[in-house]
Amino acid sequence: MLKFIGRRAAFAAMTILIVSAVVFMIFSFLPFDPAALTCGQRCTDQIVEANRVRLGFDKPIYEQYWLFLSGIFAGRTYGAGSAAFTCPAPSFGYSFNENACVTDMIREALPITISLAIGALIMWLIVGIGLGIIAAKFKNRWPDTSSSVFVLLATSLPTFVTGLALLIWVSIKWKLVPLSLTGYTSLIDNPYKFMQYFILPWITLAIAYAAIYTRFTRAALLETLGEDYIRTARAKGVGERIVFFKHTLRAVLAPLITLAGLDFAGLIGGAIITETIFNLPGLGRLTLRSVYEFDLSVVLATTILAAVVVIVMNLIVDMLYAVLDPRVRIV
Amino acid sequence: MTELLRIEDLHVSFKTDDGIVRAVDGVSLTLNAGETVAIVGESGSGKTVTSLSVMGLHKKGQAEISGSISLSDHGTFKDVVHLSDDEIRDIRGRAVSMIFQDPMSSLHPYYKIGNQLAEAYLVHNRGKKKEAMARALEMLDLVGIPEPAKRAQEFPHQFSGGMRQRVMIAMALMNSPQILIADEPTTALDVTVQAQILALLSKLKKEFNMGILLITHDLGVVAQVADRVNVMYAGRIVEEGAVDDIFYSPLAPYTLGLLKSVPRVSKNNERLKAIPGQPPSLINLPVGCPFAPRCEYKQHSSEAGCNTTRPALLGTSSTHRSRCHVPENLRHELFAAELKEVQG
Repeated sequence: MLKFIGRRAAFAAMTILIVSAVVFMIFSFLPFDPAALTCGQRCTDQIVEANRVRLGFDKPIYEQYWLFLSGIFAGRTYGAGSAAFTCPAPSFGYSFNENACVTDMIREALPITISLAIGALIMWLIVGIGLGIIAAKFKNRWPDTSSSVFVLLATSLPTFVTGLALLIWVSIKWKLVPLSLTGYTSLIDNPYKFMQYFILPWITLAIAYAAIYTRFTRAALLETLGEDYIRTARAKGVGERIVFFKHTLRAVLAPLITLAGLDFAGLIGGAIITETIFNLPGLGRLTLRSVYEFDLSVVLATTILAAVVVIVMNLIVDMLYAVLDPRVRIV
Repeated sequence: MTELLRIEDLHVSFKTDDGIVRAVDGVSLTLNAGETVAIVGESGSGKTVTSLSVMGLHKKGQAEISGSISLSDHGTFKDVVHLSDDEIRDIRGRAVSMIFQDPMSSLHPYYKIGNQLAEAYLVHNRGKKKEAMARALEMLDLVGIPEPAKRAQEFPHQFSGGMRQRVMIAMALMNSPQILIADEPTTALDVTVQAQILALLSKLKKEFNMGILLITHDLGVVAQVADRVNVMYAGRIVEEGAVDDIFYSPLAPYTLGLLKSVPRVSKNNERLKAIPGQPPSLINLPVGCPFAPRCEYKQHSSEAGCNTTRPALLGTSSTHRSRCHVPENLRHELFAAELKEVQG
């Protein structure tokens, strides 16, 4: 097991290195002068040139990449003398648009996105798997039919429609949940406020994903019910309930977890639309803003972060799979 | 002889989008303690449907079942057709067990062998976990699995096909049933392994005085282990008799066709004698004898009844009966001559 984790970690590190190099290269080929982007409207050539030197844009690309990489481990100091400023390790660069170290910006945004993703994940797993079970158990009867109506509606409604609808009706018209103007409160500081802050974004995301999970669970359950080993269980005299909730559900668990892990990883990369609708200052919004403003160091950092999350979640999913499915051996 | 199972006039039909499929159409047969009764037939002849009916394993609302299946639950007879779900469940795996065709997919891939075996015992003996595990090891040992204590902790994918079928047999024996239904138990196995499994089944039958209902399409298997044989065609039994009757003096043209189509090594320059044509669709069976369109002996039938009426299951001997319009003595002569020619 340790050997497996070691090997996979090394592989993951390599992948991340390659991803970061590629992203870095793409950004350096963009037809913008990164130094010119660092100063506002009252810009002079002197300031641009000074910033170019300060941020290292005057150096060749491979050296810039090396500075970027070493900054992650050692921190990075920009400029010299009294004008110098430092982003401590792990440093992912400096954003001139916000006058802040990128790492600090991510550190602020990440908890919001993680809270959003975990809450939504829990919600859609409960609803999706629950509905899937009901639909499979009552195949072709009314609970199944109604669940497919839900699936159809939820998959055809884009998140900006459900999100806005929730915002308009639940928050503004019925005033069930206050508009989140006060800002983010962590779960530990104030659980009630935390819930209020996230409940509508959670529902928005969960609706979309729950539909997919309902369909997936139903199909997987029905397929498994036709397996020979389910017939064997019945032939032993095992009751229908245990056949369904033990033998059948158990077989569906492993693929479900794979799906959930990868979807979760995708969300950490940023639920851009949902975060924008509900004004959540998470990673998605951070990325979106940075793209608009050509804040390249931030885009670079969030892209690499998204890649890291996907790779790490893949590793976790593979390990979980090995635990859940005895046929998968870790070597 | 103790009778364990008596199927009388069993009809099983399924509603499909294309119409009603009459998979089993008036099957009657008996099974006694200590004997192996084979049901032989090609795919779609109704042999598996018959065996699943005995286990009550057809899905509710999908299969229409009538007739009676009287089954000995350690002495008391119960009619499976008219039992409630819970009552059938109570019989399954205890009074009657079943092993299936494909041992590769018949075991749950995620549970340890020992636990799967123990479950069969626990279902009928709640809470007796220790006994269940002990019984599981005992049964694994009985079916010839070395180091049962170690292997019980392994998963199905760690077993070979033959070993898995042994595990299935061990599982079937967990509650010492009197009746064992073996649905093509050796079809998915290598020939050498096949022989081992058949020998094991025969040994266990003697040891426990079980009755085995063997479903197969393989006449070689039948010859090896069966005491009595029922040949099925298009949902009906077309010939029943002792194994020697079937092999040495078949009376149904279909049985003769099956025997003739067995490939023989000695006659290497000969074409295989396959039965011409296809089995009929079970949705719209012809009015006459279902085998008539493929039958080579129609011209010997006295009143050309083959195309208009279904032959009844009759015989001059009460133990050897068949369905055919051609007079029995004529068939005796014709078929014996043909068999001699084929078998040399």
